Amino acid sequence: MSIASTSVVQIIPRTRRGVELLLLIIAIVVSVGAYVNIGITVQDKVPASTGYYAAGIGLLALIAHFALRFRAPYADPVLLPCAVVLNGLGVAMIHRVDLGMAAAAEAAGRDPRSPAAPQQITWTAVGIVLFLAVILLIRDHRRLQALTYTAGLAGLVLLVLPLIPGLGVNINGAQIWVRLLGMSFQPGEFAKLFLVVFFAGYLVVKRDVLTLAGHRFLGLDLPRARDLGPILIAWAVSLGVLVFEKDLGSSLLFFGLFLILLYVSTERAGWLIIGGLLFAGGAFFASQTFGHVQKRVDDWLHPFNEVGGQVATALMGQAWGGVLGRGLGQGRPEVLGFYGQSDFIISSFGEELGLTGLMAIILIYTLIVERGLRTALGCRDVFGKLIATGLAMSFALQVFVIIGGVTGLIPLTGLATPFMALGGTSLVANWAIIALLLRISDQARRPQTPAAPVSDETIAMAVQKQ
Amino acid sequence: MNSAIRRLAVAAIILMLALMANSTYLQAFRAGDLNARNDNRRVRDSQFSVDRGPILIGSTPVAQSKPSTDRFQFQRTYAAGPVYAPVTGFYSYLYGRAGIELTQNAELNGSDPSMAFRRVIDVITNRRQQGASVTLTLNAAAQQAAYAGLAGKTGAVVAIEPKTGRVLALATRPSYDPNRLASHDLNDVSAAWKELTEAPGKPMSNRAVKELYPPGSTFKLVTAAAALSSGKYTPETKVHSPAELPLPQTTVPLVNENGRNCGGSDNATLTVALRNSCNTAFGTIGLDLKADALREQAAKFGFGERQLPELGAVASRFPADPNEPQTAQSAIGQFDVQATPLQMAMVAAGIANKGEVMKPYLVQNVKTHDLKTVSETKPESLHQAVTPEVAAQLTQMMVDVVANGTGKPGRISGVQVAGKTGTAQTSPERPPFAWFTAFAPADDPKIAVAVMIEDANIPRNDIAGGTLAAPIAKRVMEAVLGQ
Repeated sequence: MSIASTSVVQIIPRTRRGVELLLLIIAIVVSVGAYVNIGITVQDKVPASTGYYAAGIGLLALIAHFALRFRAPYADPVLLPCAVVLNGLGVAMIHRVDLGMAAAAEAAGRDPRSPAAPQQITWTAVGIVLFLAVILLIRDHRRLQALTYTAGLAGLVLLVLPLIPGLGVNINGAQIWVRLLGMSFQPGEFAKLFLVVFFAGYLVVKRDVLTLAGHRFLGLDLPRARDLGPILIAWAVSLGVLVFEKDLGSSLLFFGLFLILLYVSTERAGWLIIGGLLFAGGAFFASQTFGHVQKRVDDWLHPFNEVGGQVATALMGQAWGGVLGRGLGQGRPEVLGFYGQSDFIISSFGEELGLTGLMAIILIYTLIVERGLRTALGCRDVFGKLIATGLAMSFALQVFVIIGGVTGLIPLTGLATPFMALGGTSLVANWAIIALLLRISDQARRPQTPAAPVSDETIAMAVQKQ
Repeated sequence: MNSAIRRLAVAAIILMLALMANSTYLQAFRAGDLNARNDNRRVRDSQFSVDRGPILIGSTPVAQSKPSTDRFQFQRTYAAGPVYAPVTGFYSYLYGRAGIELTQNAELNGSDPSMAFRRVIDVITNRRQQGASVTLTLNAAAQQAAYAGLAGKTGAVVAIEPKTGRVLALATRPSYDPNRLASHDLNDVSAAWKELTEAPGKPMSNRAVKELYPPGSTFKLVTAAAALSSGKYTPETKVHSPAELPLPQTTVPLVNENGRNCGGSDNATLTVALRNSCNTAFGTIGLDLKADALREQAAKFGFGERQLPELGAVASRFPADPNEPQTAQSAIGQFDVQATPLQMAMVAAGIANKGEVMKPYLVQNVKTHDLKTVSETKPESLHQAVTPEVAAQLTQMMVDVVANGTGKPGRISGVQVAGKTGTAQTSPERPPFAWFTAFAPADDPKIAVAVMIEDANIPRNDIAGGTLAAPIAKRVMEAVLGQ
């Protein structure tokens, strides 16, 4: 009966908070280790700010951990440590580029820019506060379903916010920033969260009609023409983002998320094909028509045409890193300046940690995505499934689009590298996303009824099922 | 719904695998190409901080890195910079590298794969990466003599050891000082670059290996080699050699330089024709042998191939499809025959080495900083251009040229010199090119040399390979033979 009993043991829900704590400690050690390593190689000493940094990252991580322990004990144990290590390494690399830029400024006789790393630690704290708020305030994610259309409206408003004159600012040709009270925000990062909630709530209601009505064509179940309305609206909005905000990445992300959720809720691949063709057509048209999209494509196909171009510089940096990397503090990520800690932070990692380090980072992202999808699989309600899928896939798409852009796989677009890149909005929004995923996973993994004593009949049934 | 989510999970993994595959391609396979780019600032900066190995002649450095206290840790310095500039090239932060500094870069900075083990040891023992030294085949005395001989002229000298192909001298004038381009004062460097690239004398052009010139009468050696190898001619064969040779398909005849027939005869022997450098005699031979035979003979001496990869020499050429009058012109090194001074030195060296042309080379060996040999160049045969018998006949004829003919200014007392002069006209507006190619001693050759003077600032009627170029060749040969 040993086989049967193991399968029964797997059914018994466990909180796994101890595992999470262990993984968290590893994540903190890795992050602080990176920070100290950078100090030693660049400044020949353990940086004085190590205590501040270690206390900041460690304390925040532990607060998040204990919040889960008490308010979401069955939450997935892997997600939080993954987020912490990405956040910690990101701050370490931002600090690294700070030091490099300060040295470069000194050599050139300029005044150094104020360092960005402390700012990022502050934003991490804000992110953890929002994390706590989500965990503590949203006791059951299903309640969000009542806010479906509110979330949709909020998402739409956030999306178009950068287009409002006087509020939106154009940075690097993309109109995705808002300047308020002297600070810059990327409202699109939060729009992503709201839109996922909206898509999920909408599709929970409409999925039956979208699934059942339709006709078969070439072996595909195609939807009725009158049901195409929502997908056309989503398409138009995402193309609007592409054309007016000049941001291929966000556009791809929003439309992709909508398609993915449509596909998951209806299980009809026909939607993916229709949507994919629509987007490809729109994007192709845009690339032929609008200069900024065209330039991105040109930079991608011929990165070395422009002398000192960003993509070329990033590619050469990663090549210089090679398989094992130059070592933390021993590369030259500052030649990309501010971009070495924001859009191109992945290339900074590729340079200093090499292919090896980059593989590890990509794997950590993969873990987040797959744990998110695992949460969706285990979730018991359709709404939660769709939200978890949407949030997990938003990570997948975002990571693919930005890392792919920086490593020359696809044209570069202005998406933030989740948890790593310098930028408060993105960091805070991602912490909220992780919190929501953890909230759903707590519900998914929590025993529905108090665990009843295992009877012989259940074991017999389990054996029969096998 | 779960099956769709599972499919998405697979799709997400595929996306991530695509990222990993692309990064692997970029960082593991494409890295070499990207790191070798001249506009790669990171690599350039880091290489500027490496203790770059010296370029040596014997044990004397002509280029070496000295500790520096400014933004880079080492300053590349060139002793006697202009003398060796066409060989060493330069190592500049702004303008990349040239010459040996370019082609031996991996060895000099220690990143060559053959030194990978050394680098591992350096890392373990916490030593700085140190580049290897590159020892050149150049002979300092010959190089100095060549450079001094070219003083005030525009031209080039190449000297080769016939038995091995070692390049003993490779000089051009006007030259430039690579120290100016290697400076860490980047404003000075860009000013120097502008000045050097815009100077009318083109001081950075490597006339010895990278420029092509009409070889003029020195090419008659190739024509004579083809004639003797054909079996139809001996040195005593009489050749039609009037003052003017009418050519088929044209009304313009081929004429001798002095407007007279060849050495007092309309049918001079091959020896006499070479001695007096008679155009009509060699035009006759060219028409007889046809262009293909001449081209094949030229190719056996190295025409049509890029030589001396250490400097990236250009290929000399014989016209592809000349008609009959063009063939006659080509046979005397005119029309579209183009050669580098290096190539003409190889012709002399091939004849000197019993017909066997050795592959010319400049790098004798590469050694790590602790004197372990990384590589050592072995002499290699390029082609058997002519049989030893034909080589002996040609040698005899060339000895006669120097003893009794146009090459008299190349004579060295007590040493038998074999040589051939050349004067190539291109257009009436510019002075002709003066050539002299020779080797000595004729019975046991130690050095073969080619001298080309492009523009000597003297009246055009005065110019002739014998009077202008031969004394320089003599000086270079004496420098080697006197040792």
